[in-house]
Amino acid sequence: MALTDIWFVLIAVLWIGYFALEGFDFGVGMLLPVVGRTETDRRVVINTIGPVWDGNEVWLLVAGGATFAAFPGWYASLFSGFYLALLLVLVALIVRGVAFEFRGKIDSDRWRANWDRAIIFGSTVPALLWGVAFANIIQGVPLDSRHNYTGTFFTLLNPYALLGGLTTLVLFALHGAAFLSLRTTGEVRERSRAIAKNLGLVAVPVAGAFLVWTQFSLGDGWTLGPAVLAALTLVGAVLFISRGREGWAFVCTAATVKLAVLTLFIALYPNVLPSSTDPAGTLTTVNASSTPYTLTIMTWVAVIFTPIVLAYQAWTYWVFRARIGRADIPSWAGLTKRTTTRETHGAHAR
Amino acid sequence: MNLDLARWQFAIVTVYHFLFVPLTIGLSLLVAGMQTAWVRTGDDRYLRMTKFWGKLFLINFAMGVVTGIVQEFQFGMNWSDYSRFVGDIFGAPLAIEGLLAFFLESTFLGLWIFGWDRLPKRVHLATIWLASIGTVLSAYFILAANSWMQHPVGSVVNSATGRAEMKDFGAVLTNSTAVGAFTHTIAACFVTAGVFVLAISSWHLAKGQHTEVFRPSIRLALVTVLIASLGVVISGDLQARLMTQQQPMKMAAAEALYDTVAPSSFSLFTIGTLDGSEEVWSVRLPKVLSFMATGSFDGKVEGINDLQAASEQKYGPGDYRPSIPTTYWTFRLMIGFGALAALLSVLGLWLTRRTATAPMPRWFYRASVVALFLPFAANSVGWIFTEMGRQPWAVFGILRTADGVSPSVSAGTVLTSLIVLTLLYGALAVVDGVLMVRYAAAGPPPPAGDRESEDSGDTDTTHPLTVAY
Repeated sequence: MALTDIWFVLIAVLWIGYFALEGFDFGVGMLLPVVGRTETDRRVVINTIGPVWDGNEVWLLVAGGATFAAFPGWYASLFSGFYLALLLVLVALIVRGVAFEFRGKIDSDRWRANWDRAIIFGSTVPALLWGVAFANIIQGVPLDSRHNYTGTFFTLLNPYALLGGLTTLVLFALHGAAFLSLRTTGEVRERSRAIAKNLGLVAVPVAGAFLVWTQFSLGDGWTLGPAVLAALTLVGAVLFISRGREGWAFVCTAATVKLAVLTLFIALYPNVLPSSTDPAGTLTTVNASSTPYTLTIMTWVAVIFTPIVLAYQAWTYWVFRARIGRADIPSWAGLTKRTTTRETHGAHAR
Repeated sequence: MNLDLARWQFAIVTVYHFLFVPLTIGLSLLVAGMQTAWVRTGDDRYLRMTKFWGKLFLINFAMGVVTGIVQEFQFGMNWSDYSRFVGDIFGAPLAIEGLLAFFLESTFLGLWIFGWDRLPKRVHLATIWLASIGTVLSAYFILAANSWMQHPVGSVVNSATGRAEMKDFGAVLTNSTAVGAFTHTIAACFVTAGVFVLAISSWHLAKGQHTEVFRPSIRLALVTVLIASLGVVISGDLQARLMTQQQPMKMAAAEALYDTVAPSSFSLFTIGTLDGSEEVWSVRLPKVLSFMATGSFDGKVEGINDLQAASEQKYGPGDYRPSIPTTYWTFRLMIGFGALAALLSVLGLWLTRRTATAPMPRWFYRASVVALFLPFAANSVGWIFTEMGRQPWAVFGILRTADGVSPSVSAGTVLTSLIVLTLLYGALAVVDGVLMVRYAAAGPPPPAGDRESEDSGDTDTTHPLTVAY
C-alpha cells in the first residue's frame, strides 16, 4: 500500500471520526428546543455534551491539518473553492462554541434565549453544509487545469449535494436523539426517544435515496458493501429505538454515519477532488500529495500518538457515562442584573 | 485588491486570536499552580483562587478556541497558492499541533470543568496540568511553522514541482528562530497572565475586599511578571541577533537604519520622510544597536538601502523593503509596553519588600488596573512587527506574499468574509469584555463555611458530574 493510500485512509478515518462524534453534538444542539421545553431540561441537554464537545471538535482541526500536511493540493483547492460555504460553517462553529461557555453566565431569559439560538444555528448549519460539501467533493466540482475552483457558491447547491446535506442533517439529528435518550433520565429521555422514532422514519427514505443515488451514479463494487451496511444499520437503529434498546440504537446510528461517510470516501478514491469540467484539473492522491519524506514523518507521528489520543478520549466518555436528569441541575444560573456577587453556592455550582 | 483584502483579513483575525491565546497559556499554568497549592495544603483560600481565576480563564479560553478554527482554515481559504507551495513543510506542524496539543488541552479541560466531583482529587489536579501542557505544546508547533516562514530551514525549493519540499524535519523543529520565538512568546504569555491577575487583584484590594484571596494572588502576579519579563528580555535579545543574521532587512527597518554603519547606534526616536525612504531627525544611543544586533559594541549593522540593492542583485528587480514606519514603531511600542509592565512589577515587589501583606498605596493599585492593557498591546504590536517586517516575503527569500494569495477567490468574496468576521469578532469582543468585567468584579466564591455544602473532592456516584453549563 503506497504512502499516499495510507494517508487517504487516515484522512478518511479522521473525517469519519469527526462526523461520528460531532454528529451527535450537532444533533443535540439542533434538538435543544424540541427536547428541552423548560430551562432545566435545556441545561440537562447541554450538559450531556458539555465535557466532550470541544474534544470532538478537535477532530475537525486534525482532519483539516492532516489534509494540509498530507495533501496540500487538496487542502488548497478545497478550502479556497468552497470558501463561502466554509465561511458559513466557521461562523456557525464560532457562535456555537462560545454559546456553550457563555450561556450559563448571566441569569437572564433573554441572554439564554439568544445563546440557544446560537447553539441551534451553530449546530444546524454545519450539519447541513458538511453533507453538501462532501457530496460535492465526491461528485466533482469545476476545477481548471491548475486545480483552482471555477464555480460559485451556488454551484455547490446542486440536487445531489442538497440531498447529501439533507442526509447529514437528518442523520445527525437522529444520532443526537439516540445519544440523548442514552444519556438522560425523565422527561428529556422520553422526548428524545419520541423524536428519535420520528427522525428514524424520515432518515430511512432520505439517507436511502442518497445512498442509492451515490451507488448508482458514483459507486462501484467496492462501495456497494458499505452502502448496504449503512442502510442496514440505519434500519437497525430504527428498530432498536422502537424497542427502547437505547445503547444499541446509538451504536447503530454511529455505525450508519461512519459507513455512509466511508461509502463516500471509497467512491472518491483514487481521486481527492475530481474536476467536473477538465480532467486535467482533477486532484488525485498522487498529484495532490506531499513528498514521501513528509508522509513518512507524519505516519510515524500518527501511529505513535493516535492510540494515546483515542485512549484518553475514550476515558472521558467513561468518566461521564452516567445519565443526567433534572435533579442534577443546580439552582445557580449565572450572575443576575441586580447584584454582581455570587450569592448561592452548592457543591456543583461554579 | 484581493491581496490587500486578504492581508487585512489575516492580520485582523490573527491579532484578534492572539489577544486571547497568551492569557490562556499563562493563566492555565497559574491556575494549575493554585490548585496544586490547594491539594497540598488544603487551604480553602487556594481553592477559592482556583475557582475565581479559573472561571475567568474559561471565559477567555472559549474565545481562543473559536477564533483558532478560523486560523487553520484561512491558509487554504485565502492563501491557496501559499498552501500549495509550503504545504509539504508547513502542514506537518499544524497537523501535529492538532493531534498532540489541541486534543490534550480540549479533552482534559472538559475533564477539569466537569470533573470536580467525579474524579479523585489528584487525578482532577492532573487534568488542569495536562490542559496547560497542551497549550504550551500548541505554541511550540505553530511557532515552528511560523519560524520556518521567517527562516526556512530543512527544505529546498524544487523547481520541477514548483514548491518547497521538506528534507529535514528535525531542522524545522529545532530551527534557532523557533527556539527564540517559543521562549519569547511563552515568557510573554506569563507576563500577560501576571498583569491580568495583578490588575484585577489590585481592583479588589483597593476596595479592601476579599483580601485573603487577592493578597496571595497579587504576590503571585508580581513575581510572575518580574521573572517572565526577564525571560522576555533575554529571549528578545536572542531573537534580535538571529534577526540580524536571518532577516537583516527586518532589523534595519526596525531601526529605520538607512545606511550600513559600524558601530551602530540605537534609535530611541526617529522621524523619517513621509514615504519612509529617509531619516529626517533622530535621538540615538551610540553603539547600542551594534550590541543588540551582533553582541559586540562595534558590530556592523546593514542598512535598508544597501540591503535593498543586495536583494535586487539576488532576487531580481523589486522592492524588498517592508513598511519602515510600521516596523519601526511596532518594534518600539512592543518594547515600551513590555518595559512598563516590568517596571510595575518591580515597583510592586519593592513596595511589599518587608512583608507580603503590606498594604500598597492607592496609586499603585490604580496604575495596576490601568496597566491591564499593556501586555495585550505588546503582544499585538509584537506580532504585527514580526510579520510586517518580513514583507514583501511570505517565506523569507523564497515566496513573496503577493504570490501566495488564492487566485480563484474574488475580491468581493474576500471583502464579504472580512466584513463578516470583523463584525462577528467585534460583537464577541464586547460580550467577552462584559462577562470578564462582571465576573472579575463579582469576586471569588465565599469561604468554605459559607458555602451551601462542602466540596469534598471524593468520587461520588450519586453526583455524576459537576454540572457546569
